[in-house]
Amino acid sequence: MEIPYTVHARPDTGLYNAKIGIWLFLASEVMLFGGLFSAYILLRVGADPGTWPHGWQDVTLGTINTLVLALSAVTTLMAWVACKVRQFGKFRFFHGCTLLLAAAFVVIHLTEYNDDLTHYEIHLTNGLIADGHMLENNPKENHVMIDGRYVKSESDLIDLRGQKIHDTEIKIPRSEIKDMQSYGPWHNDYMALDFTMTGLHLLHVLAGSIVIGFLWLTGPKMWGKDPERFTNRVEVSGLFWHFVDLVWIFLFPVLYLT
Amino acid sequence: MEPIIHQFPPYRKDAAPSAHDDHGHEHHEPNFIQKYIFSTDHKIIGIQYGLTALCFLLFGFFLMMMMRWQIAHPGNPVPVIGPLLEKVLGHPAANGVISPDLYNSLGAMHGTIMVFLGIVPLAFAAFGNYVVPLMIGAVDMAFPRVNMASYQAYFLGGLVMFVSFFIPGGAAQAGWTSYSPLATTIPTHGQLFWIIGMVLLITSSLMGAINFIATIIQLRAPGMTWMRLPWFVWTQFVTAFLLLLAFPPLEAACIMQFMDNVAHTSFFLPTGLAVSGTLAHISGGGSPLLWQHLFWFLGHPEVYVLILPAMGIVCEILANNTRKPIWGYKSLVYSVLAIGFLSFIVWAHHMYLTGMGTKISTFFQATTMIISIPSVIILTCLFISLWGGSIRFNTPMLFVLAFLPMFGIGGLTGLPLGFNVSDVHLHDTYYIIAHFHYIVAPGTIFALFAGIYYWFPKMTGRMMNEFWGRAHFWGSFIFMNMVFQPMFAQGMAGMLRRMSNGGANYSAAVNARNGAEVIGGLSPFIMSLNTWILWGAICLGIVQIPFIINLFWSIKHGEKIKNDNPWDSTTLEWQTPTPPPHGNFLHPLRVYRGPYEYSVPGHATDFTPQNEPPENVPAPTLSPAR
Repeated sequence: MEIPYTVHARPDTGLYNAKIGIWLFLASEVMLFGGLFSAYILLRVGADPGTWPHGWQDVTLGTINTLVLALSAVTTLMAWVACKVRQFGKFRFFHGCTLLLAAAFVVIHLTEYNDDLTHYEIHLTNGLIADGHMLENNPKENHVMIDGRYVKSESDLIDLRGQKIHDTEIKIPRSEIKDMQSYGPWHNDYMALDFTMTGLHLLHVLAGSIVIGFLWLTGPKMWGKDPERFTNRVEVSGLFWHFVDLVWIFLFPVLYLT
Repeated sequence: MEPIIHQFPPYRKDAAPSAHDDHGHEHHEPNFIQKYIFSTDHKIIGIQYGLTALCFLLFGFFLMMMMRWQIAHPGNPVPVIGPLLEKVLGHPAANGVISPDLYNSLGAMHGTIMVFLGIVPLAFAAFGNYVVPLMIGAVDMAFPRVNMASYQAYFLGGLVMFVSFFIPGGAAQAGWTSYSPLATTIPTHGQLFWIIGMVLLITSSLMGAINFIATIIQLRAPGMTWMRLPWFVWTQFVTAFLLLLAFPPLEAACIMQFMDNVAHTSFFLPTGLAVSGTLAHISGGGSPLLWQHLFWFLGHPEVYVLILPAMGIVCEILANNTRKPIWGYKSLVYSVLAIGFLSFIVWAHHMYLTGMGTKISTFFQATTMIISIPSVIILTCLFISLWGGSIRFNTPMLFVLAFLPMFGIGGLTGLPLGFNVSDVHLHDTYYIIAHFHYIVAPGTIFALFAGIYYWFPKMTGRMMNEFWGRAHFWGSFIFMNMVFQPMFAQGMAGMLRRMSNGGANYSAAVNARNGAEVIGGLSPFIMSLNTWILWGAICLGIVQIPFIINLFWSIKHGEKIKNDNPWDSTTLEWQTPTPPPHGNFLHPLRVYRGPYEYSVPGHATDFTPQNEPPENVPAPTLSPAR
């Protein structure tokens, strides 16, 4: 038994099966991220005036990551073109680049998570707020050290766009700490959305990397047997990769620039 | 004469295909596990789905029986299984009595299991898997291994849901809708199990939906144009799109609720939320309405996921047993497409009482009324199709004939719920329970029974017992109505759903004033209906026994069918050997005609199969002038 149109297109639809499959899958992915983006809109519109954070993310790192992903989209396309013109060596080169770029994206993004999770907002007993990166937080010592600054109220921390922040090393005795919280997803709705949306995106990047890595490693075998089918696989996985890039193109302005 | 494709296995007509036949050119004997657990054959997967879903339907039914006992006899130990409950579940079922917490678990899981683990897998995945590739003349689904993964994800999701009953604190308690913040603040990990189970089920239906759409678009046999598709295939096609596009927002919502529960975010938790009288330690700023929007964005298309495949089954069996073409085939096709589109813009009619605003309510009221038009067109076409037919009253047809008025009752009683003014009175009462159960229980489930009786001969080569089939039908028909009809009265009298004592506190308000009428008090008559419904439910359970026995007994002992097409049907699934081998058809197919060519004048038989070449049919001639 052989299922028709696995490799060659059905004449009246002009598509092979997997291509329809991936487009349908991407449609559902649009709805998945659409659900999260609509949550973003609803929560941001519904937030009390002056409580939605701005400028909390590092735009430089975000821009680098955007360029990294954009470049990986180009290499993905080139890898597919290489398959189309039957140059397997070039396919391996370009998708090798894609994998390296994906790794760079993941590393940069995990650094950003680390920054968020080590950044603390500390409410002090005297009413001031100390805000900065944790340097020392040893439970045995009765003080913490941060690289940060004092502010009078939480509203000073909301809009950080265009601010020049001068951080200094601050030593705070634990007895003066009323409440201490890192900038994890529990911090507020913005951080929750940031972690959830970029986290889900990161999972997609990892999944795409696994697929591309699989094709990269096992490619020679299938290439020898059925290059057309292998080219289709590269095309389908490339479509997914482009979608993942596209999601980032929406995430970047929504979370970094506004 | 078209050439025979040699890759099909040689087929012996009077023997059930052995394992060897099933795998043909792959020269190895698949063992039991390969054949039945890790099968990629759409027919085996369909049967896997069907049996698993039937088990879950039965399980969900037992949950409901326990709830009905508690409603009719609040605080009394459950008879027969009370001690067992206490042994298995411990404290929540102390002394065999269902505690309010346990009642909430039963209610939430009854809904979840019936909808996501029972009806959808049976209507969409089981019948769709078995029948759709056969009907369109395909050798299998487009992605057989994705199909297998879909079933396994479903099974795993079901397992997670089932296991959640036995963890400390018990299963999810926040209703099948899992409204936040309730779902986040109830101290049980059951909700996490619910979320993980749902994500697995969503993954499963996503894979299934992609597979169905790709199969229907790509693998139709030559000549099977869109307007020659049996209407059942159309309903499955639209259903697949609903699952594909409506489920992911719920997955997004589940991810956010998961974050609320695990990472202590506040997506759905508002500022100032108090739990057990103290201010919750959360960042706040979330929106409970957001959950409801995302849930019902799935929830309403889901309703059509439940009903459309059932309508498709009804249409096939109706055409077959009236022996005439379906009236208004094109209207049916366009109606089901219209329903598909409209079902995405009616969701907030579940939320009239949330305070989302009258303008939004008005919009959704309008779309809700509009979507009833294609539904009515479908029902009307099916009714008119009966006109002038010589109807064969066999078991599947009886279920189908009962489906029509039962679905009619369910649909018409939905209108007062669609208008936001009358919904204020009826919202969250037993009226709405009666309404949607009329759609799903004597509606969808009757159609599913009909489908089982109808396609059973194709799956096994034997008929199910007709007498016990009829007994099953009449019993189910009477007791379904006995269970659900009184709920309309209870709901209109103001009895709320989700009360673990069945409204006893309301009637207590009446008794406290010596039986004088109190606003909101429930009369003794309304309360006595609880007992009536309990006995209806018990009898409904009893009349399912002949069905269960019939189903398994007939596999080996049913009456053998005399040919591959015992119902004299026109559609392609009957033009295969019985049961169809791996690869389905012995010869390449070509389709020449529409799906419902019954009683074509001048044709030798009263049915003309879709793949019968035109030369066998006499060309219509003009009678000589008188």
